[in-house]
Amino acid sequence: MDFRLTDDQLALRRGMRELLAARFGREALREAVEAPGIDRVLWRALGEAGLFSLRADEEEGGAGAGLPEAVLLFEEAGRALLPGPLVASHLAGGTGLVPGAADGTAVVTAVDAAPGAGAVAGDGVLVEHLPSADAVLVVRDGGEPVDVVAPGAPAAVPVRSLDPLSPLHRVAEGTLPASTPAGGAACGRSADGGSADGGLADGRSANEWSGNGAARGTSVRGRASGGVSAGVLRREAALLTAAQQLGSAARTVEMAVAHAREREQFGRPIGSFQAVQHLCARMLVRTETARSAVYAAAVTADETETCAAKLLADEAATANARDCLQVHGGMGFTWEADVHLHLKRAWLRAAQWRTDVEAEERLAAALRCPIPR
Amino acid sequence: MELARTAEEEEFRARLRGWLAGVLPTLPPRPDPLDWPARRAWDMDWQRRLYDAGYAGLHWPVDAGGQGATPTQHLIFLEETETAGAPYVGAGFVGLLHAGPTIAAEGSAEQRARWLPPILRGEHVWCQGFSEPDAGSDLASLRTRAVRDGDTYVVTGSKIWTSHAEVADWCELLVRTDPEAPRHRGITWLALPMDAPGVTVRPLRTLAGSREFAEVFLDEVRVPVANRVGEENDGWRVTMVTLSFERGTAFAGEVVACHRTLRLLARRAQENGRWGDPVLRRRLGRLSAEFTALWRLTQWNVSEATHALRRGGTGVPGVGGSVFKLRYSHARQELYEAAAQVLGPGALDLAEEWARERLSSLSYTVAAGTSEIQHTLVAERLLGLPKGR
Ligand SMILES: Cc1cc2nc3c(=O)[nH]c(=O)nc-3n(C[C@H](O)[C@H](O)[C@H](O)COP(=O)(O)OP(=O)(O)OC[C@H]3O[C@@H](n4cnc5c(N)ncnc54)[C@H](O)[C@@H]3O)c2cc1C
Repeated sequence: MDFRLTDDQLALRRGMRELLAARFGREALREAVEAPGIDRVLWRALGEAGLFSLRADEEEGGAGAGLPEAVLLFEEAGRALLPGPLVASHLAGGTGLVPGAADGTAVVTAVDAAPGAGAVAGDGVLVEHLPSADAVLVVRDGGEPVDVVAPGAPAAVPVRSLDPLSPLHRVAEGTLPASTPAGGAACGRSADGGSADGGLADGRSANEWSGNGAARGTSVRGRASGGVSAGVLRREAALLTAAQQLGSAARTVEMAVAHAREREQFGRPIGSFQAVQHLCARMLVRTETARSAVYAAAVTADETETCAAKLLADEAATANARDCLQVHGGMGFTWEADVHLHLKRAWLRAAQWRTDVEAEERLAAALRCPIPR
Repeated sequence: MELARTAEEEEFRARLRGWLAGVLPTLPPRPDPLDWPARRAWDMDWQRRLYDAGYAGLHWPVDAGGQGATPTQHLIFLEETETAGAPYVGAGFVGLLHAGPTIAAEGSAEQRARWLPPILRGEHVWCQGFSEPDAGSDLASLRTRAVRDGDTYVVTGSKIWTSHAEVADWCELLVRTDPEAPRHRGITWLALPMDAPGVTVRPLRTLAGSREFAEVFLDEVRVPVANRVGEENDGWRVTMVTLSFERGTAFAGEVVACHRTLRLLARRAQENGRWGDPVLRRRLGRLSAEFTALWRLTQWNVSEATHALRRGGTGVPGVGGSVFKLRYSHARQELYEAAAQVLGPGALDLAEEWARERLSSLSYTVAAGTSEIQHTLVAERLLGLPKGR
């Protein structure tokens, strides 16, 4: 066991951070706020950097890398508040579902066609970046196949998106192909081949600690008969979304700490006031706890562990953004400061793929597995 | 980034699992939770069984009487023992989890040979004499005096909240050896035999009704200079070593035990029908995420420590332990709040183990350094925020 990042992983992360600093720095971010949409040139640069093809087979121009590597890149994307349907495009690229997705020439978004626990009739489904998309993945659950449809296919109406960087459309339920209800995590080995490595919440009987980590989630190809399994895609989407939340959470800690050192009141930096110190400390605790969960789920590719990762990363991103706002005082409430962009994106991501209700229900269902002796 | 176990480690797991299956049914019945001498005997009996089977001091260095197992094997040990519901370290907590590791890291060869084997064999119980009536969070203000008299220290003062003092053989004791020096520079770490003349233990009752901790009065107690770990007046540094073991690693196994409790709670809720309440279900689900993440955080910290050790570091956990301690102590309290919801009126019946555990859990955000102090440590040491006043 060595849970730390390898030198290759550190280099990969550094590369993405540098790319984003050069191509999507603060100025580009603020320009994007005024003119949301997809920057196709940047999208192709991301494709060249492997963001969408990373996990595709090497014969197909991919890097044959695994979920841990993908998670590190998505964490960087989350830090930088990079907009766009990154997760759907990555999954389409890794599976070859949409030609051109892997190299960034096609932009792919997704419709979650199996809303989980907590959804009520009439909610509809929100889709991000529909007008910029070249294709739409329709993702149901379990072993069902994933459909690829044209952007014009779902009957969609625009929504005044809370997140200025993420245009949203609402798709009514009735217009989607029939979906099967999401089942709770079953006891016993997860159907999609996830593996346990001494985790506490894996979907296996509680005394099975002995997984060897052989089945790292490298590709969603071939997991279900007839192509790509929706269950696997959905789990990976939740994990990569969690990775973005983690990146945002880590970034807002840095922003809060930097401000707390700089800003002076009562003749000293506000970061020397304990109330402010403790807000910042809580932010770090949330981030590091979420980090452990996200990285572990990347290694084990386990369904239940992914739910834990999404739940904790959502919490870290949303609560950290709020605390970051608090540390910034009045400035935190302005359009000018970036804090609101983190909070709004965090709320958006929290509503995607595995919401808290669904993650908690699945984690609870997994607790019902037999207890040894 | 990998969590795989080697074939050798899996073999270790299988052997341990087999041993646990054989030994657990043969344990004598658990003693009355309020009877500390009986609890000591029971806890030490378990430690002796671990020792005889070659599982004591698993990851301690061989020259400290340990088995020199890999940190991963130690994690497997925790996973297996806690999942199987094996006994908790109990009265062995201080000796096995922080005094022992401090002696292994900082003690001389003689000191290791003298104190560590009896800890591992379950013969000696240690307690921790750090806190004083006027020195709690502000530990460095401690006033218990030690005056050098030839090759002994003459110690006078008082300690408080000393867990297991009543049944302890030894005490890791902090004393002030130089009252003139700046407060962090006049402290020394001593091993005090609890049967030395001049030591008086007056038990205190916890809110759970147990005589778990005590006041310890020291009246001109003579402690040989040979019992000093580290240099005279260098005790604050040694204290940081002890506290980093206490906060960083001592609670790791409890995380696995908490997840087991969570599964038992789910079972109980199904039996009594409260599982139908989605608020309760979701609360348990979220707790499952907490303990899952805390166990992964432990594996992360162990990976970091192992790496640092290979590069010539000390193997002493850093302030990162405060992150773990903060999250864990809160999660443990929340676990027993959820337990109370599962129990319903049973939460008011002390015959229920979880009702008692709920009371015990209240100390977690105070003992081993309060949450407020941990937050300040994280802010100043990890985040580099300016020091407060
Ligand atoms: C069950 C239990 C077992 C224990 N076992 C032992 C043992 O075996 N050996 C031992 O030596 N000690 C032991 N302790 C003592 C423990 O370490 C102390 O209780 C703890 O460090 C707090 O000190 P205090 O009780 O004096 O509280 P105080 O320091 O008086 O704190 C009171 C309150 O003030 C807050 N506070 C204090 N200073 C600050 C500050 N600078 N900033 C913000 N808030 C502050 C605290 O967070 C707390 O909320 C035990 C305690 C408990 C509850």
